[in-house]
Amino acid sequence: MFNIHCPYCGELREEEEFHPKGQAHIARPADPAACTDEEWGDYLFFRDNPRGIHHELWVHAVGCRKFFNITRHTVSYEILETYKMGEQPSFTAEYPQGGSDAAAMHPAQVAQQAGVHA
Amino acid sequence: MSNVAIFDTRTDAKIPLESPLAYAYRRFGAPAATARSRVTLRERPFLGHLILRGGAIVLDEAVREVLGISLPGEPQGLVLDAEGERSIQWLSPDEWLVIVPGGEEFTLENRLREALAGAHFAISNVSGGQTLVELEGEAARELLMKSVIYDVHPSHFPVGKGVTTVFAKTTVILRRPSDARWELVVRRSFADYTYRWLLDAGEAHDIGVER
Repeated sequence: MFNIHCPYCGELREEEEFHPKGQAHIARPADPAACTDEEWGDYLFFRDNPRGIHHELWVHAVGCRKFFNITRHTVSYEILETYKMGEQPSFTAEYPQGGSDAAAMHPAQVAQQAGVHA
Repeated sequence: MSNVAIFDTRTDAKIPLESPLAYAYRRFGAPAATARSRVTLRERPFLGHLILRGGAIVLDEAVREVLGISLPGEPQGLVLDAEGERSIQWLSPDEWLVIVPGGEEFTLENRLREALAGAHFAISNVSGGQTLVELEGEAARELLMKSVIYDVHPSHFPVGKGVTTVFAKTTVILRRPSDARWELVVRRSFADYTYRWLLDAGEAHDIGVER
């Protein structure tokens, strides 16, 4: 049993309250009708299976019921960070110690995607 | 006024009403509180439960205007009015649970809809779907420690906090409106299970049921 930090609840909660939902940051093709079968098949069925840093989608199923992202190390199982939907990870394959430049996103943009404002 | 069909779920018709625990009382009994009881259980049925969804800022304005209390903006927040009869609890960044005395919820819903006119929001009346169970007494915390996975130590769970968490094999909304009292908002369909669990776990503390 371990604790996971929910970025929406802002505190560590028991693993039992969470559920994994697979790989994160999978963008739906903008125009599905224009996709080849291969592109659509890749989008629907094919997932990365890296050795090392992996970005995953999790849901705080018993709790705030929000989806969020976890950066996890698939060898050590260490959870490196959790971040809200719409944000970018600071730990990536290129930046295994954290500090990816992509992490800077305008807060208003994040808030909008998180559905905080009306 | 939003274009939503709403109706008062309470009628004047003489229909017998039973609390979600009525069957459990008959089937499994309700041990009376004695001098040895270190924890008492009390159901508060037929309260008005509303789920508010929308942006925190617009909802806060509407709730202040209609209910006179502010919306808890911080996660796990629970705010009560001066009498302690009405409460608003943070459930998620865009979702709040409002509990008011039974019968007030339809008026409240209408007034909130009026105050929120034009905003992007949703209000659902969930009064029939859940019930409130109170635990009081010196052993209430010990009983909860056996039942929920959340840390209920006072340093981690001060008065004015409320969380949704795992209770035995189901879920509850656990809240602490005052020092001595804990509230469990349980689903109606799990009320029996929760009640039986609490009786069983509370046996060691001579749990008493007030009806």
